Amino acid sequence: MTSAAIHSPPVAKASGAGQTIFQRNLRQFAANRLAMASVGVVLLFVLLAIFAPFIAPHDPNETDLFRRLQPPAWQAGGEWAYLLGCDALGRDILSRIIYGSRISIFIGAAVIFVATTVGIAAGLAAGYFRGWVDVAISRLVDILLSFPYLIFAIGLMAMMGPGLVNIILALAYKEWVIPCRVVRGETLATRELEYVEAARALGASSAHIMVKEILPNILSPVIVVSTIRIAHVIILEASLSFLGLGVQPPTASWGSMVADGRAFILGAWWVSTFPGLAILLLVLAINVASQGLRDAFDPRFQE
Amino acid sequence: MTSTANPLLNVENLSKVYEGRQSLANRLAGVQPFSVRAVNDVSFHVERGEVLGLIGESGCGKSTLGRAVLRLHEPTAGRVRFDGEDVTALSAGALKDMRRRMQIVFQDPYASLNPRSTVADIVGLPLRLHGLARTGAEVREKVARILERVGLNAAHLDRYPHQFSGGQRQRIGIARALISHPEFIVCDEPVSALDVSIQAQIIQLLLELKDEMGLTYLFISHDISVIGYLSDRVAVMYLGEIVEMGPTDDVLARPRHPYTQSLMSAVPDVDAPGKHQRVRLAGELPSPLDPPKGCKFHTRCPLAIDACKREAPVSEQVAPGHQVACHRLAEDLSVWETGAEAGTR
Amino acid sequence: MSHNENLLEVDGLRTVFDTSEGMVRAVDGVDVTVRRGECLGVVGESGSGKSVTFSSVMGLVRSPGRIESGSIRFEGRDLTRLSPREMRAIRGRDISMTMQDALTALNPALTVGEQLSEMLDAHDEDLPARGGARRRAIRDKSVEMLRLVGIPSPDSRLDQYPHEFSGGMRQRIMIAIALAPGPKLLIADEPTTALDVTIQAQVLELISEIRARLGMSVVLITHDLGVVAEHCDRVMVMYAGQVVEEGATVDVISNPQHPYTRGLLGSIPRLSLRGKPIRPIQGQVPNLVGLPPQCRFYSRCPDRTEACLQFVEMRNVGSDRRARCIALTQEEVA
Ligand SMILES: Nc1ncnc2c1ncn2[C@@H]1O[C@H](COP(=O)(O)OP(=O)(O)OP(=O)(O)O)[C@@H](O)[C@H]1O
Ligand SMILES: Nc1ncnc2c1ncn2[C@@H]1O[C@H](COP(=O)(O)OP(=O)(O)O)[C@@H](O)[C@H]1O
Ligand code: SF4
Ligand code: SF4
Ligand SMILES: [Mg+2]
Ligand SMILES: [Mg+2]
Repeated sequence: MTSAAIHSPPVAKASGAGQTIFQRNLRQFAANRLAMASVGVVLLFVLLAIFAPFIAPHDPNETDLFRRLQPPAWQAGGEWAYLLGCDALGRDILSRIIYGSRISIFIGAAVIFVATTVGIAAGLAAGYFRGWVDVAISRLVDILLSFPYLIFAIGLMAMMGPGLVNIILALAYKEWVIPCRVVRGETLATRELEYVEAARALGASSAHIMVKEILPNILSPVIVVSTIRIAHVIILEASLSFLGLGVQPPTASWGSMVADGRAFILGAWWVSTFPGLAILLLVLAINVASQGLRDAFDPRFQE
Repeated sequence: MTSTANPLLNVENLSKVYEGRQSLANRLAGVQPFSVRAVNDVSFHVERGEVLGLIGESGCGKSTLGRAVLRLHEPTAGRVRFDGEDVTALSAGALKDMRRRMQIVFQDPYASLNPRSTVADIVGLPLRLHGLARTGAEVREKVARILERVGLNAAHLDRYPHQFSGGQRQRIGIARALISHPEFIVCDEPVSALDVSIQAQIIQLLLELKDEMGLTYLFISHDISVIGYLSDRVAVMYLGEIVEMGPTDDVLARPRHPYTQSLMSAVPDVDAPGKHQRVRLAGELPSPLDPPKGCKFHTRCPLAIDACKREAPVSEQVAPGHQVACHRLAEDLSVWETGAEAGTR
Repeated sequence: MSHNENLLEVDGLRTVFDTSEGMVRAVDGVDVTVRRGECLGVVGESGSGKSVTFSSVMGLVRSPGRIESGSIRFEGRDLTRLSPREMRAIRGRDISMTMQDALTALNPALTVGEQLSEMLDAHDEDLPARGGARRRAIRDKSVEMLRLVGIPSPDSRLDQYPHEFSGGMRQRIMIAIALAPGPKLLIADEPTTALDVTIQAQVLELISEIRARLGMSVVLITHDLGVVAEHCDRVMVMYAGQVVEEGATVDVISNPQHPYTRGLLGSIPRLSLRGKPIRPIQGQVPNLVGLPPQCRFYSRCPDRTEACLQFVEMRNVGSDRRARCIALTQEEVA
């Protein structure tokens, strides 16, 4: 006679029926109004970037010397067709901001994607194998961290020359260090847990353990950190463009727009201010949204 | 009940030392890294179909021993033979095949299941790793069958561990260990984290499965009643060493080592409260980083004499299959007779 | 039964927690009596309401929890009617509680000496009024308390932090802090569950010894019926938020009346039962949200009948013994 089969106990209901931890976290995130509003702002920018040709009222590169430094619509001399005014070459600032969002968002996302992929692989290897693998990766991380980020990127850009791919590489060269450190730490802790040991006891390979047992359990903090870093990367890209090392003219980029307007900041404040505000708004929205993510997904910030 | 010619598991002089990792700076400064001798020169065997109970206080090295036997932690010295084969010498590939035959059930029903995997994935993993099922449907079917056997059912296949109670999780862990039809299982305190009534359910399940599937257990626990109830032989461990080992009836009815005696007198007994005189063991387990010289028990032993501080006692046979390591065996003393409270408080 | 024989009388206590899944009735109509100088054991599975019952007594239930009804009388005073300030004065001085988890219950940022002094400073009325004399007296008393609980070289260890002590020592330090103001009632919530048997024996003997010496009452919350058998005069068995049986320890253990108590006793593996099957209680503790008014043990009870599908009261089943089961006949109390 079997003891257990007679009375098959009901599944404990205490922790919310049929819900994964992920779903629970997601619900918690959705309940955070400010974070949801920020997600809305970010989505708005993404839509602007994707549908720029349909949304932008003018061609961003069309110059018109008659409209040189034309003020925004609500100031004397402004025009509603050129809502935020025009720059020194008479180009429509609103259209350039809309097109510029493509560069910022694309570079931000691409850098984080490359950096996170590399960082996860390196961090998993360092944390799982430890020993010399860890020593080698950790030393490299320390060395990279000892350079100031922007100087490092400037140096790389100077060496490689301008271009979209080069910007992404120059920023990702150092950016992977951040997810790598997070992943390494989490892996070191997770590899000691009994379920990892259980997988090893069953004969699982290192690759299986890293990808199937460890990675899914450490992904949340990595995603959270990466979203926070997108904002940093966007600022860095803007800084590079500001310094003239980023996307080359005439392509619109927020950083170079701010740089172009520097000379006129007293007379024509709108040339620098509106792209600057765009950077501020997007970075702020990403930060608030990622903090909401962190609060919802990282148990250390939960009650 | 002495050892037969061909025990299922034979462990010879097994040791495990955990070494601290040494940083470059420390090496240059000549700082010694820590080293813990968690298991020290331990030998024992387990017969086919037998339950060997391993008992001792927390930190004495029980889990380390269990893991070293399975090579989950690489032994520092010694040899483990399983069914005649030298496990300690197996290549990675051969070890993987061996894992199908030797399994482990863990103590912590919360930490031992991957929170992001479903029950079907967790329990089905051994089937996939060892190619024991060809299709996904076959995996699910086999998992469902073993779940039924441990008191769960097919409706639980797609649930996640956090949706189960501690006792149910332990059943999942048992199903995972059993699905590849192993011969030998290390049970590392599988019931210590559970409530009494659930503990009894799991003990009963493990005993039934043992008879049905012809299993052999190394059963680790710190609870003498559990060990006494279900094991054929017991080994008592103190600071990495086995101090007494023998048939359960023999060892628990007539414990000869002062540590076993104190351990038994510390267990509260429902049936006969205050039955035996109490020996209060003074102090706590000494730090394994700096274990006492000589007999490791001498700092707490009520019977310690000068020789105990200098020399480690050698294991002697006191009855068939019953070994004890103590200098004062010949005098046939027991800690109860001393009356005195030992050591320094 | 004369009134002042009882130190603590809890009557019809109901403590509930409002959770997202509904109202958890963690303690549902519990009566407790603790007599002067006695040791009362409280046993039951995890989640049966042992800790919540005595947190309620201590006035330590926090939102989302609240005491819904019931009275808690300590030396005749109803604690549920006291202001938070009056309650604070009682806590520590008259009633102390040691928590289940000694590491998290001690403040990691303060030395053991600072935590002891705080307790003495707040509650000990025999100390000199102020100044150096008071500080010295507190220090001396702290050393004495650590010595009482068997911490070697207490003078130097006063200045160490909790994490520098082992689990058993931390538990003893908690007991020292709880005993420092000389309470009339000590509530010890699973003081030994996390400890090894040899250390468990030390801590329990320490509690019994101090109880005898100071003449205080002790409530010992535990999972272990063996511990109750050895250390408690009376025992109270809890299940799913209710008391299901209570009485003198010897009587309850030698002649359990409630099927749950019998199940608990039958679940203990014993050396004497080798080779015979144990009879565990099947199933598990029910979810406390939205329980029907029937006997709470119904789903797991081997003796259940149709008659059990109604509310079951506590019944007197012998001198000084009560149990909550419909199959038992009510006895007239002499
Ligand atoms: N803060 C809280 N919020 C919601 N429910 C709670 C809370 N604290 C306790 N409970 C519930 O109250 C019930 C009784 O809990 P309690 O801690 O008293 O059990 P216990 O008998 O002390 O168990 P253990 O033996 O595990 O200590 C449980 O169902 C528990 O989930
Ligand atoms: N991975 C490890 N690294 C260093 N020391 C360890 C490790 N695992 C265990 N130890 C130490 O080895 C000793 C024995 O531990 P363990 O086998 O877990 O004891 P038990 O299972 O008997 O409680 C302890 O002192 C413990 O601190
Ligand atoms: S050898 Fe000495 S110290 Fe060790 S157990 Fe025997 S009497 Fe005690
Ligand atoms: S009332 Fe009925 S169900 Fe409840 S304990 Fe008694 S016999 Fe069992
Ligand atoms: Mg262990
Ligand atoms: Mg509790």
